[in-house]
Amino acid sequence: MDLAVILQTLLSGVMMGFVYALVSIGLNLIYGVMEIINFSHGAFLMLAMYIAYWLNVMAGTDPVLAAPASGLAIGLLGALTYKLIIKRVMKAPALAQVFSTFGLLVFLEALAHFLWTADYRTVEKTAFSGVVSLFGLRVGLAKLVVAACAILTTAVLFWFYNRTKTGKALQATAISHRAAKLMGIDTDRMFLISWILGGATVGMAGAFLASLYNIFPTIGTTFVLLAFAVVVLGGFGSITGTLYAGLIIGLIENVAGIFAPAFKYAVVYALFIGVIVFRPKGLLGR
Amino acid sequence: MTRKPTKETLPALPGSSLLKPGFLVPLLAFVVAFPWVFQRSTFQNTAILVLLYAFLGQAWNILGGYAGQVSFGHAVFFGIGAYTSSLLLINTGLNPWLGMLVGAAVAATVAAVIGIPAFRLTGHFFLMATVGFGEIIRTLFVNLPEVTRGAQGVFLPLLESSIKNLMFRQSNTGYYYIILVMTVALFAGTAWLERSKLGYYFKAIKEDWEAAEALGVNATRYKFIALAISAALTAMGGTFYAQWVLYLDPYSTMPLMVSVQIALVAILGGVGTVMGPFLGAALLLPVSEVIRVAVGGGGRGISPMIYGLAIILISVWQPNGIMGWVQARERRAPQDQTGGAEP
Repeated sequence: MDLAVILQTLLSGVMMGFVYALVSIGLNLIYGVMEIINFSHGAFLMLAMYIAYWLNVMAGTDPVLAAPASGLAIGLLGALTYKLIIKRVMKAPALAQVFSTFGLLVFLEALAHFLWTADYRTVEKTAFSGVVSLFGLRVGLAKLVVAACAILTTAVLFWFYNRTKTGKALQATAISHRAAKLMGIDTDRMFLISWILGGATVGMAGAFLASLYNIFPTIGTTFVLLAFAVVVLGGFGSITGTLYAGLIIGLIENVAGIFAPAFKYAVVYALFIGVIVFRPKGLLGR
Repeated sequence: MTRKPTKETLPALPGSSLLKPGFLVPLLAFVVAFPWVFQRSTFQNTAILVLLYAFLGQAWNILGGYAGQVSFGHAVFFGIGAYTSSLLLINTGLNPWLGMLVGAAVAATVAAVIGIPAFRLTGHFFLMATVGFGEIIRTLFVNLPEVTRGAQGVFLPLLESSIKNLMFRQSNTGYYYIILVMTVALFAGTAWLERSKLGYYFKAIKEDWEAAEALGVNATRYKFIALAISAALTAMGGTFYAQWVLYLDPYSTMPLMVSVQIALVAILGGVGTVMGPFLGAALLLPVSEVIRVAVGGGGRGISPMIYGLAIILISVWQPNGIMGWVQARERRAPQDQTGGAEP
């Protein structure tokens, strides 16, 4: 195998890695703040992809440009999920918490199946097509734009999380609900914000991914397992870890894709289980 | 002389009013007479589905309800059971009943291997790992056509109709009674388990595994036992399914939705109770069959939509399922069996 192919695969892996990181950050943000895993995270992603798809069909909007709209919509869905479901099960046994978001996943996937059938859909009108040369390597323009947008979105999120007062309040809540409350932080508001942010980031990621993948009701399951792998590898509660792990998973998936295309996700899941066995805390877990 | 606690001195188990002869005898009479009373094939098909899912739900309940390890990957064990007996039947002509036992052993072994990493996790994370393993193993089934015939699927050979062959080509009645016997036996076994030492170990692990360990219960060991029993039983249900439907493929036999349905039957009925899985199956399967017939074309996602909504509503309003409601009624009813306790 020649060097150009290897470098091309690595570059592609890094680019997809940024997108995977963005897909996974919301999952880890909500877990970090509330210790609840949103099993419907993949369904959020799937709905965002459909939003981008339908905007493309009806208004001709490029999926990448649909990101603000899908981010807003899924952010709102996150807020609703918190208000209507999560708030009611927070005091319930752990089993009930697990069931509730899993039920939401089943419901949303079935809803998409009901509304839009199981047909595979492909975004046809894209503003970015063709191939560009980057450091002597050939890269699809659509993928490059997607990666750039994912990097930008992640950077904004990092800035918000680390530099703003609300972001710091979120971090404080993640460390201890009680201590945060004693410091005058409205933890209920922080929970709501984490769900809005979690929804908005995965919503934007969905729009970015819409032009690269076929869209169908259960597409989210594929990505959510990938996102679990990213979050577990990066360490629960660590947003920075999620970014690194996204890059690693992106690389592994692309390399495995060359050698055993049918098993590329099986390789990722196997890695996920390997991490559980050998380093349950992940790379940067608390 | 030490006094050991006897059955009489133990507190009544929640939901035990459904385990009294007054409820069980009429119920048994009804299920035994069912195929004579309702002869239409749609009724009989639905009844077989109810019993099969009651069986699968109870198998899940042993791990998820009693030992508290919630799995959304049981379709894997179901598929392993179905495929093992069917492939053995096709390739070696092994009798399906023996195939069922081999399938159960294979499933228990696979379960033990899965358990090694998965039992390092608890709660949310354990559930996540079971979903992950479900997807990995299904991917293997699709992509190893030399063994499983991949996406093409497996057609079972037609054998002479007999109990020995676990095959009936003319009517559903034979299948009905076989799954009825299997289900009644499993439910009787679970009722015994609830009062056995093993059952108490399971419950101790579920409530507080650290306290259980401190009291000398090897939590990990009993989690493995619960998982192996649960997986083996689920695989037996898989063999029955294969012999009944006569066709298997990875997409229809072991998708995530089958795992969901197995778990939901127990969750809806009430986890960790003997009668819960039966009540859940008796409510869920007929409803989803009626929807399927009414809407047509596989329901186009309506059944899963109702499943999803049902799971959300149960977890928000009544985490104990139908049995939660039964228990609330028992508490309100006058306690007639507490004689002698009051001063």
